[in-house]
Amino acid sequence: MGLISLAVFFPVIGALIILFVPKKNLNAIRIISAVVTFIPLVVASYMWSQFNYGMIGVDTESQFQFVEHLSWIPAYNIEYFVGLDGISFPMFWLTTLISFIAVFASWNIPKAQKGYFSLLLLLVTSMLGVFVALDFFLFYIFWEVMLLPMYFLIGIWGGPRREYAAIKFFLYTLFGSVLMLIVMLALYFNVQNPLTGGHTFNMLHMMQQSNHNDWLAMFDVRLWLYIALFIGFAIKVPMFPFHTWLPDAHVEAPTAISVILAGILLKMGTYGIMRISYPIFPDIAAYTSYALAVFGVINILYGAFVAMAQKDLKKLVAYSSVSHMGFVLLGLAVFTSAGINGALFQMFSHGMITAMLFLLVGVIYDRAHHREIEGFGGLAVSMPVYAGVASLAFFAALGLPGMTGFIAEALVFIGAFSVYRVLTILAALGIIITAGYVLWTMQRVFLGKLNPKYEKIEEINGRELFTLIPLAILTVFFGIYPIPILNLMKTSLNYLITLIP
Amino acid sequence: MIQTALIIWLLPLAAFVINIFIGKRLPRKGDWVSTGAIGVSFLLSYYMLFQILGNYNPDFALQASVPWIDLGETFKLNMGIYLDNLAVIMTVVVTTVSFLVHVYSIGYMHGEPLYNRFYAYLSLFSFSMLGLIMWDNLFGIYIMWELVGICSYLLIGYYFEKDSAANAGKKAFITNRVGDFGFLIGLLIVFTALGTFNLSDIHQGVSQGQLSGGLLTAAGVLLFAGAIGKSAQFPLHVWLPDAMEGPTPVSALIHAATMVAAGVYLMARLSFMLSLDAMLVVAYVGGFTAIFAATIAITQNDIKRVLAYSTISQLGYMIMAMGVGSYTAGFFHLTTHAMFKAGLFLGSGSVIHAVHHAMDKTGSHGDPNDIRNMGGFKDKMPVTYITFVIFSLALSGIPFFSGFLSKDAILGGTLAFAMSQSNPIHYLLPVFGFGAAFITAFYMFRLIIKTFLGQPQKPELYEHVHESPKVMTVPLMVLAALSIWFIYTLPSVNPMGAAGGWFMHLIRQPISAVAAQLGHPVYIITEHAEHAAHVNGIIISIILAFGGILLAFAFYFWKKVDVEALTEKIKPLYNLSLNKYYFDEIYQATVINGLLAWNNLLKWFDENIIDFIVNFSAKVVRVFSAFDGKFDNLVIDGMVNAVADMTLQFGRGFKKLQTGQIQYYIMGALLGTFLIIIFTLI
Repeated sequence: MGLISLAVFFPVIGALIILFVPKKNLNAIRIISAVVTFIPLVVASYMWSQFNYGMIGVDTESQFQFVEHLSWIPAYNIEYFVGLDGISFPMFWLTTLISFIAVFASWNIPKAQKGYFSLLLLLVTSMLGVFVALDFFLFYIFWEVMLLPMYFLIGIWGGPRREYAAIKFFLYTLFGSVLMLIVMLALYFNVQNPLTGGHTFNMLHMMQQSNHNDWLAMFDVRLWLYIALFIGFAIKVPMFPFHTWLPDAHVEAPTAISVILAGILLKMGTYGIMRISYPIFPDIAAYTSYALAVFGVINILYGAFVAMAQKDLKKLVAYSSVSHMGFVLLGLAVFTSAGINGALFQMFSHGMITAMLFLLVGVIYDRAHHREIEGFGGLAVSMPVYAGVASLAFFAALGLPGMTGFIAEALVFIGAFSVYRVLTILAALGIIITAGYVLWTMQRVFLGKLNPKYEKIEEINGRELFTLIPLAILTVFFGIYPIPILNLMKTSLNYLITLIP
Repeated sequence: MIQTALIIWLLPLAAFVINIFIGKRLPRKGDWVSTGAIGVSFLLSYYMLFQILGNYNPDFALQASVPWIDLGETFKLNMGIYLDNLAVIMTVVVTTVSFLVHVYSIGYMHGEPLYNRFYAYLSLFSFSMLGLIMWDNLFGIYIMWELVGICSYLLIGYYFEKDSAANAGKKAFITNRVGDFGFLIGLLIVFTALGTFNLSDIHQGVSQGQLSGGLLTAAGVLLFAGAIGKSAQFPLHVWLPDAMEGPTPVSALIHAATMVAAGVYLMARLSFMLSLDAMLVVAYVGGFTAIFAATIAITQNDIKRVLAYSTISQLGYMIMAMGVGSYTAGFFHLTTHAMFKAGLFLGSGSVIHAVHHAMDKTGSHGDPNDIRNMGGFKDKMPVTYITFVIFSLALSGIPFFSGFLSKDAILGGTLAFAMSQSNPIHYLLPVFGFGAAFITAFYMFRLIIKTFLGQPQKPELYEHVHESPKVMTVPLMVLAALSIWFIYTLPSVNPMGAAGGWFMHLIRQPISAVAAQLGHPVYIITEHAEHAAHVNGIIISIILAFGGILLAFAFYFWKKVDVEALTEKIKPLYNLSLNKYYFDEIYQATVINGLLAWNNLLKWFDENIIDFIVNFSAKVVRVFSAFDGKFDNLVIDGMVNAVADMTLQFGRGFKKLQTGQIQYYIMGALLGTFLIIIFTLI
């Protein structure tokens, strides 16, 4: 068994073990969860130390690292084919980190802990699987398996409108999955495995245009397949106008699930575009890039404007995600080195920053039992440490230099400006709006006269700090010294853009 | 020297890290950590200054950089330090004011609850500001530009429990972001055209014409937009007066001497790439701001707000100087102004401190910043009074003080510029400048008379007013010394001009890359004009400065004019000035309310259109499936059931045959056999 499988399947093994632990033994359940999510983090960190920065990956099997390639269902040419390259590794590593943190954020989940933690661990395995799968069928399975625990985690442990939110999330993403399924099957039947002559689910074979048959070479076919696949991914991002499941899901989901949702799941959409859409349909990617850039700018501005109008703190953070993911779309649309590296860096950076923001919202919700922005005020007096950490996270969200968000946005702007001047200028307006809603929110929650209701509110505790500090440190460290992350990804991404005509 | 610069830069950062995490637990809450760090930086910066004085070379420059972001061939970014005379002198200015403010704050901020955080922020600011000065590329400057902005936000909002302070911090940052939006676009234009952010490389690229024409002008104007925000120029000036909500030492350091001058410094750094049109924009924005802000300062009653508008006005002078090509004069005024304006703020802090304590003692409530609560303080606070007068004389442009030299250099520059241009409209610039000089002298002495001279307006407070402690007055004396003319004219001691001095020698306008590109100078200023402007400038400005002071005495001291009656007579104009031309109200009504309404509209759209479509499609599916369910139930299942029913009925019919009585079966069997036999026989 390879390192990847070790990291991917450890959590689900933990889930199975938890099923045998008596319900009352709550601490055992928690500790098992912590251990089986810590191991993937250790494994992934070790893999980072072994990572070969020169290997390209993307469309060549020999250029992938830590590859495991086994036959699985030979009758349908389905393989257990996993590997990592510069596109997937940053997200893979981040997923192990966020998952570990999510366990601690779930520590005091109020009911049915046994079910909760097993579902959470199943979710972790499926997320890691998505980032390592190189066989489309395997990718699809992990992608679908992800939905199920998510549905239950929101639907059972969520807020008052949890059922509506869970069903909306489930159906919406399922709609995208169906489109993906169609495209997958269309590719399966029209791509030839050059080694065997049969059909194949191997993504890398799908990326070689020479393996495509005549039908798949037709422009209209490719365009429609690309669009269908793209919608499947765009729902996950979420791209305007497919974004309305997000605020509902976030508001109702328990804290740790919001953290995973925003920190990891949203990135799978843009990851899918990089991993699958672009290398398989590079010509269509180029053909539709302007539209993608426009949608990116709409996301940035629309998300920011709507965020500013929110009264619920969690909804505000959710819409800020819509806005920040717009930078990823814009960076993806320009096919310049700075642009695409900025896009992936933004995925990494936003994963950390938004995770912090949701954790912080959770801290305050646990104490005040509401999230009305106007209902707070002056919390910096009664919770100075909390206010300090929150300020750091909010400053990171507004793209303050010295933190990762700034590097990502700057790279996207630099990469995009030479391609789409007007769109980039519009996108840059986002920095003003973002500063507006971030500072206004901070003022309403932390500054001003202390709301007498919260004079005795409990300061952030050690466990909560433990979930926030690693993210805060990394946000600052990689904001000042982004080179380790950029080194991971630049070889693969610089190659990826050469595929686009 | 690069190493020295690095130490100067990084020491305050170390102090910030220490104070933010463990400052609270340190003895004296860590004020000595920050003060010590900036103190060492202060000494080292003088070491650098003496080195460049030893060199005495106007073209001195050092550069060292390390690779930072490297994405391959298309995108490389180095970070490094660029030291020339401009950077070294600016470093000296910043460490000097910063160090004195650190010391002063030990007295002024004594007993404040977040004392350690105050010092942490001051250190972070010093670090960011020094980085802004020293870094060799625009990207790095932009980074530090944002960081000084956040420090300003944090320090303005230091008394965050006051809504006005929280509002002011937010307003400052967002207004600055508007300017930074322009700055960012300017950066992108430069990078897209030249592929570099490095200042020397930009110089080279522009010289070779890789960025020219309208795009070059656009880049210049957009980068200038950043300076409009940071240096509080019209129309983004609205944040600076509100920024006075911060503690007074902060106002002195950040909002008078250093950060707000960063815009001027940026224009100095970028002067080589300003095209003719861009320079005109710069000149007019600066000139207009100079006179515009001065007319507001006349009527304000808050001592710090008078000084804030004065700062805006003086920054306008510096910006105007950059626009008319008086680079040296503009930077000279930045330097002298930093000293005397920091002094004025610290002086006002000393006064406010005293009034505040008097109010505490007498138990009276009121605004300690309001000059209507003061009067006659000169006997109670002699050191504050004398230094305040020195600073005011410098600001008003009276000979023997530093401000006279630098302001006169700017006025001479604008006059020479106007005289050299064919279009007489450009005489507006010197008119703005001289007009503002007159008003400046007037409002400064209005302030002095109302604060220190005349009869105490609130005798009960007056009784309890005391001079501030040494830790506050010594920095005032140092700054007063630094406002004397010969500091800047040595080795010459000519009080009428700094031309022979070290400052003018070391700070020399860099060769314009635009001129290199065009093949001729951007502005042609004739020698004759320069000489005539210098002589005339001196005469006019001295007359105007003394005129302003005399008028202030006539109005407020000798009371030759009934100010109340005069105010009544020009009520509309007076109100316009008192209410700052209603800019805050106009912005609130248009930009802010417009934005909020727009946000709410989009929120409504999101919830009632987009989400409606989502829910509607779900509903359609549900209605359809309900219908489908009915169809399934009634038609399909009906048919199935019909078949089943038929079978059932059938079965029921046949059931009758199954009676279970053996005689029927035997009879049936016999009947059957009988029938078979008959059939076979037939």
